[in-house]
Amino acid sequence: MTKPWSPAEVAAQVLKGHLGVYQLADADEKVILIAFAGGKSLYGLKGEVTAALEAHPEAKYFRHEITTAYQSRWRELMMVHIADHGEPPPCNPPVKLGKLSPA
Amino acid sequence: MDLNLTEEQDMIVGMVRRFVREEIIPLEMDLDPDADALAEDDRERLIEKTREMGLYGLDIPPEYGGPEIDLITRTLIAIEMSQHRAGLYAPCYGTFGGAGLAQLFEATDDQKERYLYPTLRGEKRGFFGLSEPSGGSDPARAIQTKAVQDGDDWVINGGKLWISGADRADFGLVFARTDSDKGRNGVTCFIVDTDMPGFHVRRIVHTLRSAHYATELQFEDLRVPSRNILGQVNRGFAIANDRLTRQRIPYAAGCIGVAIKAQEMALEYVPQRETFGAPLSTRQSIQWMLVDNEVDIKQSRWFVLEAANKAANGEVFRKEAAMAKLVATEAGGRVVDRCMQMFGGLGVAKDLPFERWFREMRIRRIGEGPSEVQRHVIARELLGASLR
Repeated sequence: MTKPWSPAEVAAQVLKGHLGVYQLADADEKVILIAFAGGKSLYGLKGEVTAALEAHPEAKYFRHEITTAYQSRWRELMMVHIADHGEPPPCNPPVKLGKLSPA
Repeated sequence: MDLNLTEEQDMIVGMVRRFVREEIIPLEMDLDPDADALAEDDRERLIEKTREMGLYGLDIPPEYGGPEIDLITRTLIAIEMSQHRAGLYAPCYGTFGGAGLAQLFEATDDQKERYLYPTLRGEKRGFFGLSEPSGGSDPARAIQTKAVQDGDDWVINGGKLWISGADRADFGLVFARTDSDKGRNGVTCFIVDTDMPGFHVRRIVHTLRSAHYATELQFEDLRVPSRNILGQVNRGFAIANDRLTRQRIPYAAGCIGVAIKAQEMALEYVPQRETFGAPLSTRQSIQWMLVDNEVDIKQSRWFVLEAANKAANGEVFRKEAAMAKLVATEAGGRVVDRCMQMFGGLGVAKDLPFERWFREMRIRRIGEGPSEVQRHVIARELLGASLR
């Protein structure tokens, strides 16, 4: 995901109840969490992102994508992050993932 | 062919049905509607149960530690195992185990030690790499990935597309052209380790399935030792073809299972749901949908069991497998579509499994050979060599 970051405080106004994926970043714009708003989420991206921002006060920015393929897109973002940084984002719990080697 | 289930088949089918309803569906209620995996502790607990039931590793031949269950019974089990939300592509979330890549049962002793046994022990995973960007339905002509011999090694260059599980695999079967002049007799199957230099999973291909994706692979001077050739040089196509034919039976069975579950839900719903002062079940348009569903299900079931019966008897079953795949995947799509219609708005909401089945069932008409290819296979069997 390469789109620009938005400040955490605008999340509640910008986001709606869509399904999708999102990332949170710290003050240095380093990704600290990659997650998704799935079919069981209350209020979709709006609910998930605002809850995640509350749970991770170190997060200062967010960005998101609306997609119904939120599961596979989430896995893709995680694998690309690991390919780039060698480890998952610090706030993601351990998870079994595949391995990508993007060109 | 006896149309009645034996006492043993009846007992096994009943056991699997209870397992799906009492163990899988309650857990599934708490999962994301697109999930294709259980929590690890639930999965391990349920694997213990399927072991206790004597049904773990259904497709593993008895001489390799699998249960001694015939193909018809395994097909009946496959129909039962898919009767839940994730059932089409993740029947019972893998708690009945699998054989991995069945082609490895024909491998050399050395290859079995390195790949088959670790797979059966759950230590290694494999992928099946046949389709390419140039096509997957006609692998004999479409395969452009090349392998060139260099001393005792082979050097592979090219790519594969629509490959499931390659990003999480330890090895895979990769089909490459080893003689460009010989068509289907110029393809060889290599066992490729995914940690070899030159093996790349370049990207994920997102599809209608949210929880599962395909991958695109690239091979750059991927060096494979000759001892990793599965079967013989230039004889790989037979391995691919055999796999494609066999796979059509469980593939079709899964569609029937989902169709049965969808129909069951519709039959429970329509007597309760009232419109314009009467239950939906009193409307002829609804009754006919249910009737058409029932015909589709019964028809598919017998096509699939006939193919399984022929295969179990050691007869040629290419035509029957193609017919089963064709009929069951198309019928499954129609049944799910009609059930969605009967449920109205609820049918398209993620609260119920229809929308997931609808998306995934659409793929079934394309995966493992599209309907048109199945018709082509059947036509060739009917018309003989003149059409080859």
